Amino acid sequence: MRPTLPSLINILVPVKRSIDYAVKIRVASDGKSVDTNVKHSMNPFDEIAVEEAIRQRDKSGEKVESITALSIGPPKAVDTIRTALAMGADTGIHITTPENTIVEPLSVAHAIKAIIERSEKEGKKFDLVLMGKQAIDDDTGATGGMLAGMLGWGQGSFASKVVIEKGGRIEVTREIDGGLEVVESKIPMVITTDLRLNEPRYASLPNIMKAKKKKIETLKPEDLGLDFTPRLETISVTEPPKRQGGGKVETVQELVAKMKEAGVL
Amino acid sequence: MLYRSALRASRAFTPRLALSHSRLVSSLVFLEHKAGKLSEASLSAVTAAKTLGNDTHGLLVGTKSEIENALDRAKEIKGLSKIYLARSDSYSHSLAEALASLLASIVSAKDVSHIFAAHTAVGKNVFPRLAGLLDSSLIADIIALESSGDTFTRPIYAGNAVLTIKSSPKDSVKIVTVRSTAFDKAPVATGSAVIEDVDIITVDTPTQFVSEELTVSSRPDLASAARVVSGGRALKSKESFDTILNPLADSLGAAVGASRAAVDAGYADNSLQVGQTGKVVAPELYVAIGISGAIQHLAGMKESKMIIAINKDPDAPIFQVADVGLVADLFESVPQLVKEIGNVKV
Repeated sequence: MRPTLPSLINILVPVKRSIDYAVKIRVASDGKSVDTNVKHSMNPFDEIAVEEAIRQRDKSGEKVESITALSIGPPKAVDTIRTALAMGADTGIHITTPENTIVEPLSVAHAIKAIIERSEKEGKKFDLVLMGKQAIDDDTGATGGMLAGMLGWGQGSFASKVVIEKGGRIEVTREIDGGLEVVESKIPMVITTDLRLNEPRYASLPNIMKAKKKKIETLKPEDLGLDFTPRLETISVTEPPKRQGGGKVETVQELVAKMKEAGVL
Repeated sequence: MLYRSALRASRAFTPRLALSHSRLVSSLVFLEHKAGKLSEASLSAVTAAKTLGNDTHGLLVGTKSEIENALDRAKEIKGLSKIYLARSDSYSHSLAEALASLLASIVSAKDVSHIFAAHTAVGKNVFPRLAGLLDSSLIADIIALESSGDTFTRPIYAGNAVLTIKSSPKDSVKIVTVRSTAFDKAPVATGSAVIEDVDIITVDTPTQFVSEELTVSSRPDLASAARVVSGGRALKSKESFDTILNPLADSLGAAVGASRAAVDAGYADNSLQVGQTGKVVAPELYVAIGISGAIQHLAGMKESKMIIAINKDPDAPIFQVADVGLVADLFESVPQLVKEIGNVKV
């Protein structure tokens, strides 16, 4: 057991393996999914979350006891955990699912909650969950808030600055419509990362090698009593309506003429 | 912990909710406001809710004085038959911890089948927590819904695909956020809503508001502006961003936006960012100045009615979506454009 509550913080960082942000996605021939036979990488907002966990440790070494990366997904999601370990996370947990299954945000939130509760039974208390504000594949942006609600923890969404203070409090600067807002919460807390929180590091080759020796625990949903059956049934996935480029003009005068024609001037 | 009892109540209501056309069941729209000024985006959420054809109610949450300020306009919203008020100082600054617990209790106490909010920073912060409290799915950022009330359409992959989903009866309350540019705003004029106070839920929240810092602007609000002039990295500095874009925005009565590259380079405040990770806009006119047109940026503006692009690079992807493109140096052409627009107006 730890001597005082705030002195040693354990951070859990959920990371998602998603289609690489630079890939131009294509709707699959079944009309119900997208072609996933393309390059995948760690969801960019989750990279920011891993980076932030590591920076918090660098800044206040004595405060951060451990950083655990968690991913839920097919066998290849283990690569995403390895990336987090190569960046500086200590250990990984992988909840495996069959290839091409959709795990909805609600199921993910339940799974993260189950991991937190299981750890607590084993004597390890997670004080902070740091995760991306949304995954760039389904664009829902729900998991962090759902988890905070389920646990009754404070939440700091869309964080652009995180300060772990003495006395077990965390100050979070949040990006809101029209500017910034600062909130403060006592730990435990869920924080979701926005783009401007930090710039994630690249894993160096020696660190990638070292990461191969770090421990990753593999679990099945059943091991935690979880059921990932989706509640939302996919009816269709379609291409968005194509926009037709209208061609180019040579001069500012021609541009103005086009604007007049369209009735915007 | 009061929401626990609210949760049990919501389960007890489930069989009745299955009859989605029962007259007892209503839709609820969370009417967002900032310090008592009603958010325009909420009016689009009202229009989305009206698609279902059942009774539509509004909800205003805030301090007593905020609600006093917001209520006059809220009462006039066409289509709302009732407006619930939750007045308490503990609801200032729309903290998710306080609001989500309140919403969870109202949803079950008032027999709500659907709860809607605009997909704004507030909606995106409060509604996921509400979904967690009610153990329900969140249906985020919808651009269409069917009157049956269980089928919703939303963009995925930064708008590069469109997903239609059917919600299961396991989600007894449909928790939905609405992309405001996809629905017309409900008219504010002829409303005749009945006003009703609801019980206040006070939650011992672990989170407190500390401060806020808002960007002051005399121009129209970016998210709801009819015209937007946006700048990218090619503007080269904060000074030239302002001196080039502001006169054009003023001549068109437009809001100013920016690409992520311009924001990251420090040329513009991040509240001006248009794109997947910033604001999604769909104005009548979008003028992209020195913006190459990355996927992430296009996701935030390709629903605009008319897109004009000025860029030096003839191969920039922005020209594939622009209705009118001008390949030119922006430092020469934009001031010239401002002058020409001035001539037209005289």
